[in-house]
Amino acid sequence: MPLTRREFIKFTGLALAASSLGMLGFGESGEAQAAAVRPFKLTRATETRNTCTYCSVACGILIYSMGDRAKNARSNIIHIEGDPDHPVNRGTLCPKGSALLDVVHAPTRLRVPRYRPPGGTEFKDVSWDYALDRIARLMKDDRDKNFIAKNAAGTTVNRWTTVGMLAASASSSETSYLTWKAVRSLGMVVFDNQARV
Amino acid sequence: MTNTWQDIKNANVVIVMGGNAAEAHPCGFKWVIEAKIENDAKLVVVDPRFTRTASVADYYAPIRPGTDIAFLNGVIRYLLDKDAIQHEYVRAYTNAGLIVKDGFTFQDGLFSGYNEDTHSYDKSTWDYELGPDGYAKFDDTWQDPHCVINLLKQHVSRYTPEMVSRICGTPQDKFLHVCELIASTSAPDKAMTSLFALGWTQHSVGAQNIRNMAMIQLLLGNIGVAGGGMNALRGHSNIQGLTDVGLLSNQMPGYMNLPNDKETDFDTYMSTRQFKPLRPGQISFYQNTRKLFVSLMKALYGDAATQENNWAYDWLPKLDIPLYDIIKAFEMMNNGQMTGYICQGFNPLQAFPDRGKIRRGLSKLKFLVTMDPLDTETSRFWQDFGPQNPANSAEIQTEVFQLPTTCFAEENGSLVNSARWLQWHWKAADAPGIAMSDIWIMSGIFHRLRELYRKEGGAFPDPILNLTWKYTDPISPDPEDLAKEMNGRALADLTDAATGAVTKAGTLLDGFAQLRDDGTTSSGCWIFCGSFTEKGNQMARRDATDPREQGIAPNWAWAWPANRRILYNRASADPAGKPWNPAKPVISWNGTRWVGIDVPDYTPTLDPSAGASPFIMNDEGLGRLFARKLMVEGPFPEHYEPLESPVENALHPKVQNNPVARVFANDRAAFGSPKNFPYVATTYRLTEHFHFWTKHALINAILQPEEFVEIGEVLAKEKGIEQGGWVKVSSNRGHVVCKAYVTKRIKPLTVDGKPTHVIGVPLHWGFTGQARKGYGANTLTPSVGDANTQTPEFKAFLVNIEKTSAPVAA
Repeated sequence: MPLTRREFIKFTGLALAASSLGMLGFGESGEAQAAAVRPFKLTRATETRNTCTYCSVACGILIYSMGDRAKNARSNIIHIEGDPDHPVNRGTLCPKGSALLDVVHAPTRLRVPRYRPPGGTEFKDVSWDYALDRIARLMKDDRDKNFIAKNAAGTTVNRWTTVGMLAASASSSETSYLTWKAVRSLGMVVFDNQARV
Repeated sequence: MTNTWQDIKNANVVIVMGGNAAEAHPCGFKWVIEAKIENDAKLVVVDPRFTRTASVADYYAPIRPGTDIAFLNGVIRYLLDKDAIQHEYVRAYTNAGLIVKDGFTFQDGLFSGYNEDTHSYDKSTWDYELGPDGYAKFDDTWQDPHCVINLLKQHVSRYTPEMVSRICGTPQDKFLHVCELIASTSAPDKAMTSLFALGWTQHSVGAQNIRNMAMIQLLLGNIGVAGGGMNALRGHSNIQGLTDVGLLSNQMPGYMNLPNDKETDFDTYMSTRQFKPLRPGQISFYQNTRKLFVSLMKALYGDAATQENNWAYDWLPKLDIPLYDIIKAFEMMNNGQMTGYICQGFNPLQAFPDRGKIRRGLSKLKFLVTMDPLDTETSRFWQDFGPQNPANSAEIQTEVFQLPTTCFAEENGSLVNSARWLQWHWKAADAPGIAMSDIWIMSGIFHRLRELYRKEGGAFPDPILNLTWKYTDPISPDPEDLAKEMNGRALADLTDAATGAVTKAGTLLDGFAQLRDDGTTSSGCWIFCGSFTEKGNQMARRDATDPREQGIAPNWAWAWPANRRILYNRASADPAGKPWNPAKPVISWNGTRWVGIDVPDYTPTLDPSAGASPFIMNDEGLGRLFARKLMVEGPFPEHYEPLESPVENALHPKVQNNPVARVFANDRAAFGSPKNFPYVATTYRLTEHFHFWTKHALINAILQPEEFVEIGEVLAKEKGIEQGGWVKVSSNRGHVVCKAYVTKRIKPLTVDGKPTHVIGVPLHWGFTGQARKGYGANTLTPSVGDANTQTPEFKAFLVNIEKTSAPVAA
């Protein structure tokens, strides 16, 4: 009988509960005990295929979360392990990948946009609109002031050198493409990523 | 990587130099162990430290940080002396026999054309002699003293085993034993793989380190074959992808360059990029550059990019200098030339050289934006954290925005791994609080800017107003929409000239061969063309079937370019198309076409008798032992000392360092001398940590909780430093107070007759997260980069170390 990995876990869990204790000769008391065995938690979890976020071996991982992805249910990631089907890592993870759950749930994960005014001694929570409106304003004012349309020789150069950006090398290629488009359309040239460090 | 992770198992020799895969890439390193067990491979490690990679090596040789070129040129000398090269490969597939211009010379550490005032070269002599037919001249008998192989022989003649040992501190017998192991792979059916990482890139001569090994691999016939290749074990999970998509100062998607000020119009830009073949019958793929470029501009600007406006060429920013890299950016910040900076998932306060300079630079900005899932040091540079980050908040006028983003588990999308595989991943949960995706945030900033330009006008709004944004959800574009845009589409009905097949307008393209230069195709990143076709998302494929179990797995995810797993694989077969190694063929010629387990890196039906060479991206079709004008410091690698070095350059004292290194005056003033800073330091990662993120994860913070340096027993004894005792490590730029780990893994080397100590500086600490507070290795490192790429020289610099007492608890 072909079984998916998920079905296999469910199957062995049930088999353990229903038969193995019984086979050991516990009879009816075995059945009672079997009913009390807590089903393997992952059988109730939602499995999601993903890739380890750290290095470029790019190990396949399986993320298990509680919640069935219904609109009003908030998923909670409870376990992460190596993907045994992945041709490179074949289920293994290193000391960093094995601890991925701890970075997902790190106490220092950021939850709310924060702002620190000039000379301020602490951050304060702000709304997304406040933060993005202000950032756009600051960028536009500077671009309008410092944009270089032509160089001294009169050549069209259309560059902006006074605001720069570092892009994230753990973000997806799709994120990076959208970032590239937005940044270059502004004429930004002070632009880099982690390739150098 | 030219090859795949699993393909490492096919190697006969694995050389790890410039990296430490066992600790930095553990799950990839298993394929090295597989090679040892299943293929009887020999693992050779050359490293300043006896790393965990070294601990499972068949042979280990120590080396002083920053002297790899001396070692590798010594290897080339050995191979040429012993005639341990793969002759047929070198003759047919490399530029060994091509003749270099008469004026090309090398003397006292400098190549022809050096200008002392500008610290740069006039490279006009660094090229082939051309015949009257416009093709490069060559001498297949290798008699001409000016053919590449003879110039190379002459160039490396100075790198005798004595000289290598004197510069590198590697004992001669160990050096020669490594040479012998490397030379064993010159047999046509034997392969060596080179695994390297930032241990080679983070030097003032980083790019030349890598070229040097690539030359060795060409001489041995190890490029394009199973178990061979140049395999850069890259860092972050998508650093390959960000490089592919061109998120670097001078780059555009698919390794096209931004124009510079001298390329005043589109035709001038194209004139130096559409390489005509330099030898008869060559493919010279970049003849197609115009198709790639026009298709990119159509993806970016849609109908607004027209033949009339040169496909919106003028809307691209032009560069007045080669690079606005990170070192330049922080120099500008310190000079008050920058207003704002956006750090998306990047923590420069811990990651960039000379941390003091980074903090001073950020303090001069009007605004700083950080986008990150974690509370980074950079976002808090303005806050006082004691000696690890002293700051007077009231004096710092920078406005700071700390924007919370999703992490990998909370988004869909693709990442490109070291082996160029684009692998799709799926979202498992929502982000905490009201954190949002980088896509939503970047879109939010862009839409606001576009709205402001619509309402108010302002500086050159055209590219902003006309940027294509045809996404189903413009507020937060679906990653699949973006992936399709990168893949590319037909914009009109396309008829294939050969088959007559019609690709309807709007159809996703199958590959970059369909791209055109008349505006009828679009592709946001041509090397990804084929990754998301009408057949669906190829990056999401999960069929791990592997023909002959040779480590190709062609139907798992998708590899650029064209789902090709081994680059240059035409070179895995001899000129007639017969595999060099019949036991592990990659592709071969069956009389009518190229067949095998991988997608041919060649025209699939091109008969070998046509004489097109395998390196199709080069205009001469050949692998380059002589780099022509492509490297700033010379067509052959030469040993230059790191900018901070304990010794004089033994080869040419007058040219101590890379003669074309870009060093800003303030940075030069901050270099230290061996008199005050007598020890060589090198930075590295630990297996329990990834840069500065994992200290936020509890398990990792427990596994490696605090900052330390590694020193050898001899130095420890000399300086009275105990195991676990406190030390102060200083460079001319700052100091770190931390614990010392006294180890047998680092031994003093004899360099130029003098004992030289190496100090290891792991780099993971900072002042946010769950580990103990630390300074960060970049407190010590110098602000100078590789002359081609400006990758900072983190792997070789000078420090002093003194015993100190425990800091008073705060």
